[in-house]
Amino acid sequence: MKKTMLSALAALLLAGSAWADTIRMGTEGAYPPYNFINDNGEVDGFEKDVGDMLCIRANLDCVWVINEWDSIIPNLVSGNYDTIIAGMSITAERDEVIDFTQDYFPPSPSVYMGLSGADVDLSGGVIAAQTSTIQAGYVAESGATLVEFATAEETISAVQNGEADAVLADGDYLLPIIAESNGEFAAVGEVSIGGGVGMGIRESDGELKATMNKAISSMKEDGSLNALIKKWFGADANTF
Amino acid sequence: MFSYCVEPKSLEGLMWLSCYITTPKHMSFYTSFLVVLILISLAAPLAMAFGFAGAIASRSTIRSLRYIGKGYLAMIRGIPDIVFFLFIPIALDQAFEYLRHKALCPEVTEAIRQGNDFVVCSAAKLPLSSASEWVHDIYGFSLALLAFGFVFGAFTGNVLFGAMAAVPRSQLETGEAYGFSPSKIFRRILLPQMWIYALPGLSNLWMILIKATPLLFLLGVEDIVYWARELGGIKTGVYDYPHPDWRAWYFAVLLVFYLALTYLSQSVLDKISSRLSIGQDTMAGRAN
Repeated sequence: MKKTMLSALAALLLAGSAWADTIRMGTEGAYPPYNFINDNGEVDGFEKDVGDMLCIRANLDCVWVINEWDSIIPNLVSGNYDTIIAGMSITAERDEVIDFTQDYFPPSPSVYMGLSGADVDLSGGVIAAQTSTIQAGYVAESGATLVEFATAEETISAVQNGEADAVLADGDYLLPIIAESNGEFAAVGEVSIGGGVGMGIRESDGELKATMNKAISSMKEDGSLNALIKKWFGADANTF
Repeated sequence: MFSYCVEPKSLEGLMWLSCYITTPKHMSFYTSFLVVLILISLAAPLAMAFGFAGAIASRSTIRSLRYIGKGYLAMIRGIPDIVFFLFIPIALDQAFEYLRHKALCPEVTEAIRQGNDFVVCSAAKLPLSSASEWVHDIYGFSLALLAFGFVFGAFTGNVLFGAMAAVPRSQLETGEAYGFSPSKIFRRILLPQMWIYALPGLSNLWMILIKATPLLFLLGVEDIVYWARELGGIKTGVYDYPHPDWRAWYFAVLLVFYLALTYLSQSVLDKISSRLSIGQDTMAGRAN
């Protein structure tokens, strides 16, 4: 009896180790259509589709983890999850702290959004942006006064209640909001900043980076990545 | 939830609302109220335990123990709470993982700290990467709970320390005159009488604890503030139930919740206070 129990226990432990290849995918869950939490309370969006497909191709077992944008890099390096897949543009500053895979989303323009009819001074006014984004960095250097917020949501409220003259964020995030605002908001400018969007991975995790790079290449080659881009960002979106 | 909720975008009015407030995402919102209540009901006894240990240690006749007790109370009281709330979960988590790494993977020779990275072998992860989501949730919640217990414990400790000192000396002397041992005096005279002096301080702390629960959100636990913000934000057409910025409504619900909770607490605390005053050598006690 004891022996059976011991072997059952051993089997349980071994079964546990066979699952050790679980990859925890960290995302923000508040930046549609890149990533968001849908009404079923699950992670959804372009990056959910891409991530799931990458995991199938790389033969990895993936789970999704929500983490605030503010602390998304610190929690990656301290090992709370294994990748960042959260619409994060590949920049030199970030590359000093973490590694990036090749881009899975091509560079896409950023848009200034203000209230309709307002005359916005883009280089001298008050511009809102989400903390630690390439847009925040851009505004800080453009001569405008930067006001930062922890979430993209709050930057929009800042424009709505007059705290900021305009918000600078990815066009893919702002344009649906403009389109559905019944004329309250309007695009007041456009700039191209930053490179493509890549998956953030710990610098010590070269193996995972290579695996993901290979999976992204295979998705680029057979056109499945372009199909997903068109599904989430419209037929006119930049593709590979 | 209801059968007519299949096509949310074709619904209107009350039907739309009834579907909207019963989405699985809203269910998570409702459940998070329970999380907050569980946190309060577990953090309070934990803080009491920490506080009691701190107060006893501070009163100890053994010098080293006294220094530890006083050091604990002084340190937490002197450093901003938020620093501890952020420090304790991260430090504990890394300490646990470090110890497990040393114990479970002695064969790995690479450094744990590689540049910015904190790398332990996959068997040492806590919880394991392969563990179910609820294990991760409970683990995160427990770390947050410990932080709450540790921080509020110090304040509780100071209140209890003061309350123990406030019990009239003559009461203890009576015990001495009857030949009670010091520990018996502590248990039979000091302890039962100190509560009434501790109660105002403790009730303050209880209220502060209730109001501090939104800090859970900072610790990565998906609490009511997280869900209120997430659900209230602008929802475009990619969601099933698009709506403008409704955060004010969601935060109003939180306001009502917290007010109800503190109101209820106050009426219970008032009852306890008059119960504890019976027979005490105090104004409240004599008035009875």
